[in-house]
Amino acid sequence: MLAIKNQSLVLKKSNNLKNFTLNFGPQHPAAHGVLRLVLELNGEVILRADPHIGLLHRGTEKLMEYKTYMQALPYLDRLDYVSMMAQEHAYSLAVERLLKCEVPLRAQYIRVLFDEITRILNHLLALTTHALDVGAMTPFLWAFEEREKLMEFYERVSGARMHANYIRPGGVSQDLPVGLLDDIFVFIKQFSSRIDELEELLTGNRIWKQRLVDIGIVSSEEAMDWGFSGVMLRGSGVCWDIRKSEPYEIYDKLSFNIPVGSKGDCFDRFLIRVEEMRQSCLLIEQCINQIPNGFIKVMDFKISPPPRALMKHNMECLIHHFKLFSEGYSVPKGQTYTCIEAPKGEFGVFLYSTGTNKPYRCKLKAPGFLHLQGLDFMTRGHLIADVVTIIGTQDIVFGEVDR
Amino acid sequence: MVMKYEFYFLGNFLKNFPKYIKNVKIINNEIFILTSNKYFLNLLFILKNSTLFQYKILSDLTCVDFPNKFYRFRLFYNLLSVRYAHRLCLIIDFDEMEPVSSASFLYSNANWLEREVWDLFGIYFINHPDLRRILTDYGFEGFPLRKDFPLSGFLEVRYDEEKKRIVYEPIELTQEYRNFNFVSPWESTVERAKPFNLI
Repeated sequence: MLAIKNQSLVLKKSNNLKNFTLNFGPQHPAAHGVLRLVLELNGEVILRADPHIGLLHRGTEKLMEYKTYMQALPYLDRLDYVSMMAQEHAYSLAVERLLKCEVPLRAQYIRVLFDEITRILNHLLALTTHALDVGAMTPFLWAFEEREKLMEFYERVSGARMHANYIRPGGVSQDLPVGLLDDIFVFIKQFSSRIDELEELLTGNRIWKQRLVDIGIVSSEEAMDWGFSGVMLRGSGVCWDIRKSEPYEIYDKLSFNIPVGSKGDCFDRFLIRVEEMRQSCLLIEQCINQIPNGFIKVMDFKISPPPRALMKHNMECLIHHFKLFSEGYSVPKGQTYTCIEAPKGEFGVFLYSTGTNKPYRCKLKAPGFLHLQGLDFMTRGHLIADVVTIIGTQDIVFGEVDR
Repeated sequence: MVMKYEFYFLGNFLKNFPKYIKNVKIINNEIFILTSNKYFLNLLFILKNSTLFQYKILSDLTCVDFPNKFYRFRLFYNLLSVRYAHRLCLIIDFDEMEPVSSASFLYSNANWLEREVWDLFGIYFINHPDLRRILTDYGFEGFPLRKDFPLSGFLEVRYDEEKKRIVYEPIELTQEYRNFNFVSPWESTVERAKPFNLI
């Protein structure tokens, strides 16, 4: 009798059971940084996901308003700290557009070369940490070996492994050291078989497919409605790549293909990232073969510093150097929204200039910010374990989401 | 990047909406359309859904603060049309006391973008589904990207060993913030970009 009573009590209680709320993060290894997710669960099924961001907010945009255009450049490296040069590139393009300055051809090739190196760098991290979250540890260890080599190229060209500060308004900071292109070529030649190894482990892997196929499906309408860009947009079958549709620098002179997904699930996006790495190898090879000799920054000393040798002989150059590094250059009045195809998607820089030497307002459009917003609708109806998969496929880095 | 005839096509088309559009500017091949706070949602709706435009993606939403102007704030909506490979920037001016209508029923991603603008500039969006702060700390006060907000902020945070928790205290700087403001007597030789008006 008592047992029955108890049972009915339990039943009564279960009728008005509240949904379970779970706090995921901000210190969770699969959150890719400091993401706090408030998950509303029904059993193991997710009803709502509310991402709380801003735990890494450093006020980059505010800080940039107090720096000259050249001093503001290093902040760009520190946004998305796995695709550094792509962001420098976007900022440099925006400043150049306001300055109306034409960059020498060699500098354009160097920029594109390092953009693509950055893309490989980013995708290696994105794919393999994704695999790590899902449960495959080996690709992670293998890829970091390759990333180390790529960061060595960064170091040889700029002196820093990660925060390069290399692509600057008006060109790049210095010319490529002797022998670097040869070494990059050697790397590219062996790298495609590294991708093969990665694919052998993952692409046909039953467990990997069980975790990724049909998870986090995004239709093309949804992808556009939520402002997705980059792989997240192409995975849903929208053929949109800024390198092709609004080519900047020398992308219109290079031949490459854009992989596009059909289903819009996590597995599609995985395949696209792998293919993009292969395409990046092709692009790098073309750059190495085509790169001309010449200047690496505009020879307008009002914008880029004069060469050291000239400064020793020429008073005017010395003055220019001093004025550039103390006062900076003033940028004409105007506004621009300039964006590039960063590895994570469309990285845009909105610059508002009032004609002084500091940006009046600089807004950085981070692709990850909008992708993370889509986490809510992507995870609805999935299980808890799929949240990790979806965060991984979105390729979130908190440096850029929080800014 | 963008063909010239497209500008004129757009310019002519937009002349059909004299009420909606105050000004059109083209700076360095980018189109900026100034519209009024009252009609901007109508215009946004047309730009999104008309077969002529198809600006289906809201790629960015930004605000700029001009403390000295009559209209203190200026919002920039950066739209992207994948169909026509075209970008457009919609601008609205308004003052501090004026609320703006939320665009989140047209573009879902306007939700967070507007939350960000609310957080950093204190602009209130009407009909926004969930207008909370997003980037700043829980319990933060003030709007940091306004020009009258100091770079250093007002509070500093540290871990208190005695209380065994994080404490907030008024900021104490050992040295004043040095703002090197070089208003140069030197003339810049950089040529100024001249916007030209269509309407």
